[in-house]
Parts: sequence; structure tokens; C-alpha cells
Amino acid sequence: MTTTQQPIVAAQDGRATRPAAVPTGAPLAVRGVTVSYGEKPAVFSVDATFPAEAMSAIIGPNGAGKSTLLKAALGVIPRLSGEVYVFGQPVEKARERIAYVPQRASVDWDFPTTVMDVVQMGLYRKVGLLGRLSGQMAARARDCLDRVGMADFSHRQIGQLSGGQQQRVFLARALAQDADLYLLDEPFAGVDAATERAIIDVLKLLKAEGKAVVAVHHDLSTVSDYFDHVFLINVRRIAEGPVSDTFTTGNLQATYGGRLAATHLDELPVAGGV
Amino acid sequence: MNAFFEALILQAGYNAALVAVGAALLGFAAGSSGTFLFLRKRALVSDAVAHATLPGVALAFMLMVALGGDGRNLIGLLAGSAITAWIGLLLIEWISRRTRLAEDAAIGAVLGVFFGVGIVLLTIVQSMSAGRQAGLESFLLGSTAGMLFQDAVVIAVGGSLAVFATWLMRRPMTLVAFDSEYAAAMGYNVRRIDLLMMGLVLAVTVIGLKLVGLILIVAMLIIPAVTARFWTDRSGRVIWIAGTIGGLSGYLGAVLSASAPALPTGPIIVLVAAALFVLSLLLAPRRGVLAAVLRHRRFQRRVHRRQGLLALAARHAIRETYTLRLLTKEGLVRPDGVPTDIGRAQAAKVARDERRWDVAREIHQDAGLTGRYDGLTPIEEVFTADEIAEFDRRLGPPVAVGGA
Ligand SMILES: Nc1ncnc2c1ncn2[C@@H]1O[C@H](COP(=O)(O)OP(=O)(O)OP(=O)(O)O)[C@@H](O)[C@H]1O
Ligand SMILES: [Mg+2]
Repeated sequence: MTTTQQPIVAAQDGRATRPAAVPTGAPLAVRGVTVSYGEKPAVFSVDATFPAEAMSAIIGPNGAGKSTLLKAALGVIPRLSGEVYVFGQPVEKARERIAYVPQRASVDWDFPTTVMDVVQMGLYRKVGLLGRLSGQMAARARDCLDRVGMADFSHRQIGQLSGGQQQRVFLARALAQDADLYLLDEPFAGVDAATERAIIDVLKLLKAEGKAVVAVHHDLSTVSDYFDHVFLINVRRIAEGPVSDTFTTGNLQATYGGRLAATHLDELPVAGGV
Repeated sequence: MNAFFEALILQAGYNAALVAVGAALLGFAAGSSGTFLFLRKRALVSDAVAHATLPGVALAFMLMVALGGDGRNLIGLLAGSAITAWIGLLLIEWISRRTRLAEDAAIGAVLGVFFGVGIVLLTIVQSMSAGRQAGLESFLLGSTAGMLFQDAVVIAVGGSLAVFATWLMRRPMTLVAFDSEYAAAMGYNVRRIDLLMMGLVLAVTVIGLKLVGLILIVAMLIIPAVTARFWTDRSGRVIWIAGTIGGLSGYLGAVLSASAPALPTGPIIVLVAAALFVLSLLLAPRRGVLAAVLRHRRFQRRVHRRQGLLALAARHAIRETYTLRLLTKEGLVRPDGVPTDIGRAQAAKVARDERRWDVAREIHQDAGLTGRYDGLTPIEEVFTADEIAEFDRRLGPPVAVGGA
């Protein structure tokens, strides 16, 4: 691994204690990124480095800027300042290596498209304008649907699925892209326990294949089970590093402020104490 | 009627045939390239853009007269209309992106201002002494009177290019229309694809100006796609079905208007398209109103029948009159509610199936098959005969449903 994995805690005045480093070959490196809707920054001067062959969690309260950070990393929303590097290249040049699953796909659910069509959208970049969707590609799309347990639904119109099923289809679309970096915004929101299990198995397989997975995650009780690396954010970066020494009560308190009662924190399988 | 059939087989004269073919081609181009306009929900933008062609027509006329011509060069007029329409489009885009005004306000403002300016310019044109301005106002509602071979060629060439570009760009445009954020994440330039899509629509608008007119062209772009939506759940097919519907409306509309004097072509074409829309709304096999009503009826009948049989098996009285009537009609119960022999046999079968399902749920814990229970699907469709035999073995011998 090319990055140092020291837990880095922001100084109390909001400035990171470490100067923005030169980009490494890390799957995703964010340097001094600020994004603002109107005049209030949603993400302020954030540095983050997500390691290779690992599952990383982005953690923070509602409105902390987690989705915003992901979208800025993808270049979907404009950055006010800062740089984003994907495998050492500016993100604009490495788009093909990223797959993305949005938090709540804001799509028209009555759109004339079947589950299979949606998954094949993940292949559009590879197929290009003139290419035909070959049998091999169709088989690949079917395989991705199968991996999220949605193969039986491939001919359904996309609106005729439950929320959790829709979420799985969008995950399958991202899998079809065959990317090296997966950015997932709350992949477990609104899915049942069995589905969560299935999705985590898929993600662990990706990791085993050497890919990097970055997921926004809300359920603090499963962080140490699922993830290797955490990034704590509340507009500013609070801390980042391996779960074992960064996912601590102190860092969580700094992230959530008074909103997480100490008794609540005590029940979490966090590393170390305060 | 005779005139109609003559026109239908293109035997009603050279001009009528030219109009029919031109209208069919235009209809196909408008229908297919309008698909993404509909899917991206931009119909009103296109309406504003169509209205923004008018000042261009008048200005191009003035310019050509000033340069010494008679002002009626078709390509010149169309180029002028395309330029002001494009300016109108960029203005809408700029207003909604750069100011706090919402897109609908931008559409309203651009449509009103450009159309107003166009009308004023047209009035000035009418009072000019030079040039051949008679008939220029037919760009508003279209006219077939002076349709030339050249006009048909413009439609054929421009229309084919628009259809080809729609086909070529179908994937990016589908992606942007369905999920623009994901398209952006994949590296597509959403704004450029949107402009391209509007550019195609603008091209069709401009070539359709003379035949259909700027006020109704939006209907030819949108109605076929909306109609096609009733017949398929796949966007790739919507394009071609919409094209076919558009072409058919164009042809039939032109034929209808040629078969009687003084029937305006553009409006008739739009009315034919609207008729096809209403037919699809009512009759389409899956999404149509009639099919939905029938499907609901059939479903309701199955539910009531099954509930009635379960009540018989449990020896409950059937209280709902609809259920009772249904079972009586099928000879399963007598009008007084007492089950017949057939009714008893079927009730026993239904009750047994319920118990088979219970067993299935026990032994198939995580097979996903048991998830297909909906109270209606026959158990034979889910499990094999062998599996059912296994359930029966565990259940023991069947129990008869006794009389009342
Ligand atoms: N489109 C928008 N326009 C204006 N403000 C926005 C927009 N999207 C987000 N915000 C604001 O930016 C901040 C960060 O939002 P963001 O969606 O990134 O939060 P989040 O951490 O993903 O929250 P959640 O856990 O609820 O998903 C919030 O204060 C939110 O109100
Ligand atoms: Mg979010």
C-alpha cells in the first residue's frame, strides 16, 4: 500500500494538521476539496485518501456532506476548490475506472426501461455509440443481476420493484461497469438483513478481486465487521485511518457532537476508549 | 369517400402525393426524434423554441429582400428560423442555469418575447413594398398549397439526418433522460447531450415549419412518443414505434385533408395523431385503460373465488354477495349457500394446497420459492409433482369437506 495509515485528527480550529500531500497512486485521493451550495460550504477543505484493496466507510451525521463529497469526487457537482485524484490521475481522466451507486437514484420510475436495460447502462461506455451489445456483454449483465439476487426480475419495468430491489439493481449496474473503484452512497439503506448480507458478500468479493470500495455508511454497529478503513466527516474531515485505531469513541464524539449520547457509544464495538 | 381512397393511393394529383409523402417522412422524423424530448420532459422547451423561429423567418425575408431577392428562398428562410430558435434555446438554458428563475418562467418569457417580436416583424414585412411576402404567415399554421418538390427533398434529407442522429445517440440520450447524475458520473457531458437532443428537435421543427407550422409542430414531436409509450416498456422500441405512429399520422392526415377542400393539413395531422393516442390509451394490451380494467376484474374474481372456497373448506358462511354470486354461477354452491359436490371437492383441494404451502415453507426455508406464495398462484406452478407428493406424504391422507 502506498499511503501511510496514521489516524489524522483535525486541529480544533478546523485546519487539517497535515498539509495537502502530493497525490499518490491511491484509488481515491481528495485534496483540499470545498463544495458549497449557495454560500454555505457543505464540505470544507477536505483531504482524504482511500486505500487500495480495502473497504472504506465514510461516516458522519445527516447533512455532514458525505453524499456531497462523493459527488464532488466523481465530478458530478462542481468543486469550489481542491483536486481529486483517482489512481494518481485527475478524476476527469480516470472516469472509466469508477463505478457509482447513488443514495437514492432520482430517476423517473415510469421510464420505459427494464431491469436488464438498466444494468446494461453500466456497459454503455464500453460499448460506445456504434457497438452492439454482444451476447457476451448481455451475459455479463445477467451475471451481475444474479450476483445481487435479482436475476428473476430482469424483464420487469424498473418502477415495478420495491425500494430495496431497486437499490440492488443499481448496484448490479455499477458491477457491470467492471470498475476498479466503487463509490456507494448508503448501499444498505432500506434493505432487509438478508439483502444486506448478500450485498456485503458482493462487496467483499470485489475487495478480494483487488478493487477499492468506498461506501457511505450509517450503521455504526457494523462498521468494524464490514470495513477496514474509516473516514469521519462533518463538513470538515474529523479523522481517517484503519478502523482498528480510528473508529474510537473520541473520534465519533467529535463527529456527531452531542447527538450521540455517551451511553450509546459505550455499546458500540469501537476501538479503544476515550 | 372516393376522393379519400384516391388520395390514399397517391392518385389525387401530384401536389397531394408530394404532400402525403412529405408529411409521412416528417411525421417519422418528428416521432422518433421527439422520443427523447418526451422522456427528458422537455416538451415545453421545444414549444418555446418553435415559437422562436418566427422572428428568424421575418428577418431572413427582410435580409434577402434587402439583398435584392424576392425573399422566398426556402433554405434562407429556414436558416433564419433556425438561428433565432437556437438563440431562444440558449437563452432558456442560460436563464434557468444562471438566474434564480425556474425553467418554466424562462420558457414562458422566451416564448412570449420571441413570438411577439416575430409577429411585429411579420406586420412590418406585410407593409413592405418590395419582395413577395404573400403567404409568409403560413409558417404559423403550415400550408400545403405551394408545396414544391424542393420542399419534400428538404424534409427527406433533414428528416433522415435527424433520425440517424437519434439512432446514433440513443444510448447517451437514454442515460441522460433516465438518470442524468449517473450519466455525469460516467463522464458524459450532460449539458452537451441535452443541447444535441434539442438541436435535433430544432432541426425537425425547422424542416416541418412550412408543412405543419410552428404552433402545432410540438404536437407532432410529443404525441407519437406518448402514444408509443403505451405499447412498450423499452425506450429503444419507443423510438421506432413513435416514428411509425408519426409517419402514419402524417400520411393519413395529409390524405384526409387532400380529400376535401379547405381542410388544413397541419391541424388534421395532429388530430389523427391524437386519435391514435386515444385508441392506444384505451386499447393497448398492457398499459391501456381497458386492459387494466379487465385485468383488475379478472384478478378480483380469482381472489373472491379462492376466498369463497377457503370459507367453504372452513365451513364458514359466505357473507359477501359478490363471492356468493360468483360461486353460485360456477355451480360450486347452491343459492342458499350450501356447497355442491363440485364445490366441496374444489374447497378440499384449495384447503389442501394451503396446508401444502405450510409444509413447503417449513422444508424450503431459504429456497426463495416459498416467497412466491400470493394466495392465488396454483402450487403446481411453483413446485414439481415430486415435491408436492413429498408434501402430501408429510401431510397424511386428504380430509374431505363435509356438507353444511
Ligand atoms: N442540492 C442541494 N442544494 C442545496 N443544499 C444542499 C443540496 N444538497 C445538499 N445540500 C446541503 O448540503 C449539506 C450536505 O448534504 P449531503 O447530502 O452531502 O449530506 P449527507 O452527509 O449525505 O447526509 P445524509 O446522511 O442525510 O445522506 C446539507 O446541509 C444539505 O442541506
Ligand atoms: Mg447522503
